[in-house]
Amino acid sequence: MSSPAMVAEERKTHDGDDYILEVSNLKKHFPISSGIVFQRQVGAVRAVDGISFNVVRGETLGLVGESGCGKSTTGRTILQLYRPTEGSVKFEGQELSTMAGNDLRQMRRRMQIIFQDPFASLNPRMTVGSIVSEPLQIHKMYANKQERQQYVEQLMERVGLNPYFINRYPHEFSGGQRQRIGIARALALQPSFIVADEPISALDVSIQAQVVNLMEELQDELNLTYLFIAHDLSMVRHICDRVAVMYLGKIVELGPVDEVYENPQHPYTQALLSAVPVPDPVVEDNRQRIIIAGDLPNPANPPTGCNFNTRCPVVFDLCYQEPDPPLIEVRPDHYVSCHRVT
Amino acid sequence: MSTLLEVKDLVVRFYTQEGTVYAVNGVSFDLEEGETLGIVGESGSGKSVSCLALMGLIPSPPGKVESGTVVFEGRDLLTLKPDQMRLIRGKEIAMIFQDPMTSLNPVLTIGTQITESLKLHEGMNTTQSRKRAADLLDLVGIPDAYRRLDDYPHQFSGGMRQRVMIAMGLSCNPKLLIADEPTTALDVTIQAQIIELVKQLKDEFNMAMIWITHDLGVVAGIADRIQVMYGGRIMESGSSHEVFRDSRHPYTVGLLGSLPRLDSSGEEKLTQIEGSPPDMRNEPVGWPFAPRCDVREEL
Repeated sequence: MSSPAMVAEERKTHDGDDYILEVSNLKKHFPISSGIVFQRQVGAVRAVDGISFNVVRGETLGLVGESGCGKSTTGRTILQLYRPTEGSVKFEGQELSTMAGNDLRQMRRRMQIIFQDPFASLNPRMTVGSIVSEPLQIHKMYANKQERQQYVEQLMERVGLNPYFINRYPHEFSGGQRQRIGIARALALQPSFIVADEPISALDVSIQAQVVNLMEELQDELNLTYLFIAHDLSMVRHICDRVAVMYLGKIVELGPVDEVYENPQHPYTQALLSAVPVPDPVVEDNRQRIIIAGDLPNPANPPTGCNFNTRCPVVFDLCYQEPDPPLIEVRPDHYVSCHRVT
Repeated sequence: MSTLLEVKDLVVRFYTQEGTVYAVNGVSFDLEEGETLGIVGESGSGKSVSCLALMGLIPSPPGKVESGTVVFEGRDLLTLKPDQMRLIRGKEIAMIFQDPMTSLNPVLTIGTQITESLKLHEGMNTTQSRKRAADLLDLVGIPDAYRRLDDYPHQFSGGMRQRVMIAMGLSCNPKLLIADEPTTALDVTIQAQIIELVKQLKDEFNMAMIWITHDLGVVAGIADRIQVMYGGRIMESGSSHEVFRDSRHPYTVGLLGSLPRLDSSGEEKLTQIEGSPPDMRNEPVGWPFAPRCDVREEL
């Protein structure tokens, strides 16, 4: 269901009708206040600064970038855990940014999140059973206590946890098992869309593959759509169908994974990919690295012109004068925002 | 080339309230002058603890080096008195730690922290040591070095802080530099900057280096030799070409198979190692990887 070829075909046949999520011009600015008695806003951290993309049903879209580029904020703003400053988020055709209260709560049955840190995202005072069944109680599903427990046990078994441990507490589990609890909780309401916010980056290497394989199996079985937020570019290539590269609150490049990885167009994507080490000394010895100097600029005070102009190796006049151009399709489905390309 | 460091049968345990932690269970390796050794392993595999032990930095109690020898240039470091060890630590053997945020003192300026070891080991006065510190900061690529000596750690970004740590490590021209996951807390583009810097400086200073990491990709690019650790023991050791291209140990094979590669499209499923790493609180019985191994035999 989720192979890139089939997704691509589906998109063609439905011609845009099959977007599960449509994000347009989404912005999230966090205010910076000053003053002791009279708080006034003196600036804003532009965590997400005008991004647009769509997610096709059944696909995995990767969202990559370095820390502080706004990828996690994007995920949370989509789910309305943060309310957007501007822009629209349409989920299965319904506008979320203006929705509130019970309507929004009903939508949460169909969109869920898996968090990065399996230690901080589980309440240490609740048993696994109560963690996984809490969403069911909130949404008044499986009102019968016995049925509910049965369903929770099924879920635990499905994510590879022994149902016998239903009354244990999170600290009794290892990191990988805790992440499985997080996955079971996200699946409890049978959602169609899951934001996975760096679900494996806190895990040991040998455990990462277990969790990724589980997520792939579940996707095939339950026809899930993932927004996979990560900074591990190798893993993104493995799990995702399409990838969006973010830099300082904006998407700089978007396209099918193999296309973007084989043929990156934006200088930031090129540098980012060349910086990722490959576990093979022969490949490493023959690689030409593009080292970009400096650090990520402060998102409260982004550079004028193109966001990347402070670190870009191929910067020219226009990059300091004009803000970065909108995403332009350079090849089929492959979009780039760069003055060099246009 | 001659042998710089020889570690033999190192055993380290921690006696905690929850019982004994068997952190390192008999590790032996040696290091030539000017060589780079990569130690790879997951958390709890004993890679950091074995290096802390040879620096004499195991907190005691609860930790204790039970047995073994660490011969560095003909002297067994484990038998040295604390003040003798202090003459070697920082001067002959230096260490860079993982988290540049917590390993720099937040209330002292960068200058004070770099000049400390210069004054202690090289007997420099304030003017000399400040000049040398500025040269070092310049060497690791910190712009406007002399002025920044009076800045505090929080005024530097993560990558810059790690550069400061490297400058401190290099300050007394050590013969051996131990880098304990120096790039793990950094973003990939910054990681690439630091790796290039260390590679270049290593040649300039002609040091031997031990690079500890959990990222197989990072060591592939820098290490001459690689040692894979699991459960407090060395699983496999060899030249980096042998270990990556012709790995023999099922754990190394499993680890490499479970890693997706940037340079190949990921159609096939990742091979996974079943189970989880051992609880180091249990006394080691037999080979640590046996419970998760798919080619084990009952021995």
